[in-house]
Amino acid sequence: MSAQAEVLQQAFTLGYTYTRTTGPVVGRFLTALRDRKIVGIKGSDGKVIVPPMEYDPVTAEELSEFVDLPDTGVVKTWAWVKHPRGKHLLDKPFAWAQIQIDGSDIPMIHMVDAGDESKMSTGMKVKVRWADETKGFITDIACFEPA
Amino acid sequence: MRDIAIVSFVQSDCVRDAGALNEVELIMPVIRKVLDNVGIQSAQDVDFTCSGSCDYLQGAAFAFVLGVDALGAVPPIKESHVEMDAAWALYEAVLKIRMGQADSALLYGFGKSSPGELPIVLSQQLDPYYLSPLWLDTVSSAALQARALLDSGKATEADMAEVVARSRKNAKSNPHAQLKGDVSVDELLAEPTYLSPLRKHDCCPISDGASAMIIATVEKAKEWGKPYAVLKGIDHRIESHHFGARDLTRSVSTEIAAKAAGVADGPVEVAEIYAPFSHQEIILKKALGLGDDTVINPSGGVLAGNQMMASGLSRVGEVANRIIKGEIKRGVAHATSGHALQQNLVAVLEGA
Repeated sequence: MSAQAEVLQQAFTLGYTYTRTTGPVVGRFLTALRDRKIVGIKGSDGKVIVPPMEYDPVTAEELSEFVDLPDTGVVKTWAWVKHPRGKHLLDKPFAWAQIQIDGSDIPMIHMVDAGDESKMSTGMKVKVRWADETKGFITDIACFEPA
Repeated sequence: MRDIAIVSFVQSDCVRDAGALNEVELIMPVIRKVLDNVGIQSAQDVDFTCSGSCDYLQGAAFAFVLGVDALGAVPPIKESHVEMDAAWALYEAVLKIRMGQADSALLYGFGKSSPGELPIVLSQQLDPYYLSPLWLDTVSSAALQARALLDSGKATEADMAEVVARSRKNAKSNPHAQLKGDVSVDELLAEPTYLSPLRKHDCCPISDGASAMIIATVEKAKEWGKPYAVLKGIDHRIESHHFGARDLTRSVSTEIAAKAAGVADGPVEVAEIYAPFSHQEIILKKALGLGDDTVINPSGGVLAGNQMMASGLSRVGEVANRIIKGEIKRGVAHATSGHALQQNLVAVLEGA
């Protein structure tokens, strides 16, 4: 045998090598984010759900009635992250919050950059801080901030 | 419907870091003991085997298949797996036996959480478009739920500390517990918040380990000649993946499962509740309809040690072992899965 045996090589990228559509409901919400707008969807009972769900959480009915909403809302519950983890998107203390977007009934979860825990309270008003560049991801909302 | 007997249950110690031991090495000792309790040799001596684990903990697709090495699956065995806590493996085996497809089953759950950042790993249980890109971890979602509960007036921080103090006290008699000791509510409340409103002690520890159980038809259990507990009812329900669509201060899925499993059909002497965060025990006690005459988590519960993917099965096993030993006649076990009590299983156990 030769000392210089051929070493077989093949490039390999670990990851998803396909793309997929997010569909007419999730896709519509994400596309609206790219345009710096928030849309909700009406559930079977008429309540406005944000982010929109494809099917009603109670009746399982297919949902399709979209509602344009502002980029402001109210904190329904919150938690203060003193020590952000490496994966967290804010690298300083921040709050997680359930935020009821004005004109909606079902709150969404996102981050609030309030600077200090003492600035946080249930019922406080917040508004979206948009990312510098929007791409059609949930992270187009960089976070919320006290309004 | 065929009655199901829980014949044997074994769990390993809860340890923060099992070191160089791999999953198979965590599983093998509990499999050996659970088989020895029944007096059978191997997985060949039961009709069905089902495990519960999470490939995300090992970081590889189909990682659970390696766990089968702990069984010795040659010649081939009938085997299944749930990417869930092994309490749901129990559920699958119960269906299998009730349908007459098997007379006996071996169940095991295992998790080695120490190598990764568990709360972040579990953030990937969330929907892939709205939440997991934000890396909402399991401690954070539980903290959101705790604040909602405190704001609602249904519980206080002192109530949460009381749950922790009782867990640590009860765990003193549990040789497998990781956190145990005497600590007062006042001492706990004096601790700083960790992820407000949660304090560190409100959160279950991270634990490595495994547990295993053998169930059978009552006829088969009698043939083995071993004492057993009877599984009278079991049910599981799930709630929406949209947190906002749920009432986080209640556990509606537990309420439905408790009714279907027949919790209220008799006195509940002991309840083992899978509450990874202190406030969740308060929510679950109410959802299960338990009064103050029920002893809750005499083992210390998962606040004393939380083996991912095994702790739910262990709740059932803890109640079964107390019935088998003759300490109690009737008890309830609960298991949970997902963030902030999204999915819940309830089992009712009675003496033979």
